[in-house]
This record gives sequence, C-alpha cells and structure tokens, in this order.
Amino acid sequence: MAIDKNSNGYTFSFAIVMVVVVGTLLAVASQGLKTRQDKNATDKKMISILSAINVEATRDNAQEMYDKYVVDSKIIAGKDLSAEAFDVDIKKEFRDKKLAATDRNYPLYICEKDSNKYYVIPVIGTGLWGPIWGFVALESDYSTIYGATFDHKTETPGLGAEIKYASYSDQYTGETVADTSGVFQPIIVVKDGSGSGLNSKVDGITGGTITSKGVEEMTTRTLGVYVNYFNTLN
Amino acid sequence: MAEKKEALFSKKNRKLMTDPLDGANPISIQVLGICSALAITVQIEQAFVMSVSVLAVMIFGNVIVSAMRNLIPSRIRIIVQLVVVAALVILVNELLKAFLPDVSEKLSVFVGLIITNCIIMGRLEAFALGNKIWPSLLDGFGNAIGYAWILVAIAFFRELFGSGKIWGFQIIPESFYELGYMNNNMMILPPMALITVALIIWAQRSRNKDLIEEN
Repeated sequence: MAIDKNSNGYTFSFAIVMVVVVGTLLAVASQGLKTRQDKNATDKKMISILSAINVEATRDNAQEMYDKYVVDSKIIAGKDLSAEAFDVDIKKEFRDKKLAATDRNYPLYICEKDSNKYYVIPVIGTGLWGPIWGFVALESDYSTIYGATFDHKTETPGLGAEIKYASYSDQYTGETVADTSGVFQPIIVVKDGSGSGLNSKVDGITGGTITSKGVEEMTTRTLGVYVNYFNTLN
Repeated sequence: MAEKKEALFSKKNRKLMTDPLDGANPISIQVLGICSALAITVQIEQAFVMSVSVLAVMIFGNVIVSAMRNLIPSRIRIIVQLVVVAALVILVNELLKAFLPDVSEKLSVFVGLIITNCIIMGRLEAFALGNKIWPSLLDGFGNAIGYAWILVAIAFFRELFGSGKIWGFQIIPESFYELGYMNNNMMILPPMALITVALIIWAQRSRNKDLIEEN
C-alpha cells in the first residue's frame, strides 16, 4: 500500500521521527565531545591568565606554565571564600540575576615571575552583543597595572572586537587603579583622543563605543572591590 | 536500463558548479545572502572562515535534503530544511569547539548567521528538493564557492582601505601614514560593504551584457 505523504498522520510521524533522530544525534555529539571542550576551555582560561602577566602559553603547555607561574589563588570576597578560585565561573555568577552583586565570588590569582609578585584579577561585563571579559594584572604595589587582556564572545569584528588586541589592551599597562593613599581610581575610556599617557584614561575604539564603555564599566565595577581588599592587607 | 548513465562531470554537471561563480552568482545576481556579506567582510580571515563553514553546511545540507527528497512531506518541507541546516551548524560548531577551539572562537558570531543564510535555504528549496544527490552536491559546492569569492573580494577591499591590512598583516607602509594617509573608517562600516557589492555587480554586468535587466 502506498503511503499518502500528504496525510496528517504521515506528516506528524515524519516530524516526530525527525526530531527524535536530530535530538539524539546532537545530544550524543554534545556529550561525547564535552570532555574535550571542557579541557579546551580550561586551557584557554589558563592562557588568558598567563597572558595578563605577559607570559605566552600555548594550548599544549598551558597546564605546565600555569603551575609554574601561578603560585596561589584564592577568593577575596563573595559567598563562598573556601571555594577553589579557578573553578569559579564568574560569567555564570555575573549573569545570574538572582545572585546579589555582593554574593558573587571574586577570585584572585597570585603569580610569580622573575621573583616579582603579580595579582591577576578576572573581570566580566557586557559588550554590545554579548559578554566581554578579561584579566588585569597588578604589580606588587597593588595599584600599577602590569598587563591586561580582554576578550569577547560576539562583538563586531573590526569594531568592538578590537578590545582583544594588544593595540587596545596595552593602553592599560602602567595605569594605576589606586592613588597613593589607596583610594580607587577607575580607568575611564575616552573618545577625544586624550587617552595616551598615564592619566587613568584610555582611548576607546572608533565605532566600538558600547563595547569600550562595557570595558570601562566592568573594570570600574570589579577593580574597586579588589582595591578595597588590598587596602585591608596594608 | 534504457537510460544512459550520465558521466560524473558531464557538461551539465560542470555547469552546476561554474554557473554560480558568475552568471548565476548567489550574491551579485540573485542577491541572496547579502546580510552576511555585509556583516562579516571587515576582515578577510573572518570572511574566509565563514565561507568554509558555509561550504560545509551547504554541501551536507544539499546532500541530506536530496537524499530525503522523496520522503519529506511537502507541507512541512521548510521546517525540515531548517532542522537539517540548524542541526548541521550545531554539529559543526560542537566539533570545532572540541578539535579546533581557536577557529571556533573566531567563528562563534557567525554560526547563527549560517542557519539564516538565505543561500542555503534557497538552494535546498530550489535545487536539492528536486534533484539527485550528486548534482545536488555539485550545486552546493558551486554556490558556496560563488558566495565565498564575493565575500573574500569584498573583505579584501574593506580590510585594505579600512585598516590598511590584508589577512591581519599591515600592507600600507608606516611612511604613508606619516605623510598624512589615513585609513578610511567608512570602509569598516556596513554601508561601504553595500557599495562594494554594488561595484562588483556593476563590473560584472558591464562585462556580461546578458545580465542587464531590460528596464
């Protein structure tokens, strides 16, 4: 008996079979590849932390280099101070609307390079299209920025996406986030071209204003918390 | 067997691949897939990665839909095509994330765009649904390449004049800038992509008068 392909029964059966097949296929693919993807994400995080202190790591030696340079990590503020700092997903906590800002965990990575100590601070915020994040490394005076690296998920290439390149992030090097008495001073993103030099200002990206302002917002919001913490140490 | 078996690369089949490069180009003649041509042609590298991804999705999509063409109920055929394309795109993305994480990071923005790329839906609907697997594969290949070369050509001009670079390498020497040369920021913005496409269409039609519409 020939099947009537225009009947409702056939249409529904086809749709159901298709959804089950495609769903299973994607679920299997997702689960099967998960361990590899997680490892890639972990490696990437280590590479980003290291690049904030100007150490170039590759996916092959990320773990080894991380163990070598990062001597300690801890959570300096938040709900669960005893948690493993590396495992804290600040992106998830940032996007969790139910979680109060004061309950977010603030991890700090303490690195040692050429017998100097550096403090690497992860930052997270919102760009134009999606999340942006980065790592800012402070020198042992808890104020001077030693290096910064930013990244994004979906910013416009050539515009907002430029935050991930050294031409943007290098502007942060040498800026100070606290004055001599320890008062926090934010790094402002400006449009008028006055950002060069060490004046707590950096030049924004032409055509990438919302992304640049997003960087300003996330560094201001996050670094303030850390400066307060560093003040309690002194 | 009355029908004579057609050669794999018969004249007709070759035409399936070569037509979309010029006379039936999906972007410049059919004006499909313009959206992504505007969005991701700021740098050649992104245009290239996008082209490769579209090529993969296009070929597999065409082959799968062509293989199922006698089973798909016509009332839900568009949904079926969408599911096939979306599943392929997600699969490609998952594989890239696992095996080529660096490429996947570059691609992240564009994966969503592939699903909505009108060229893919257009070829599935117009060709794969009514043709055998092999011609569908060739058709997919041809259209993806036709899309790719326009994309890379636009990106070439936009990156060169917009940032003075090609594939991320500085091409316009520093001394030009010292003499007062400036990158044209207009090139980075979407309107110039539209104008660049228009210039390509202009060049193409003045070379091949058959493509000019009557009025």
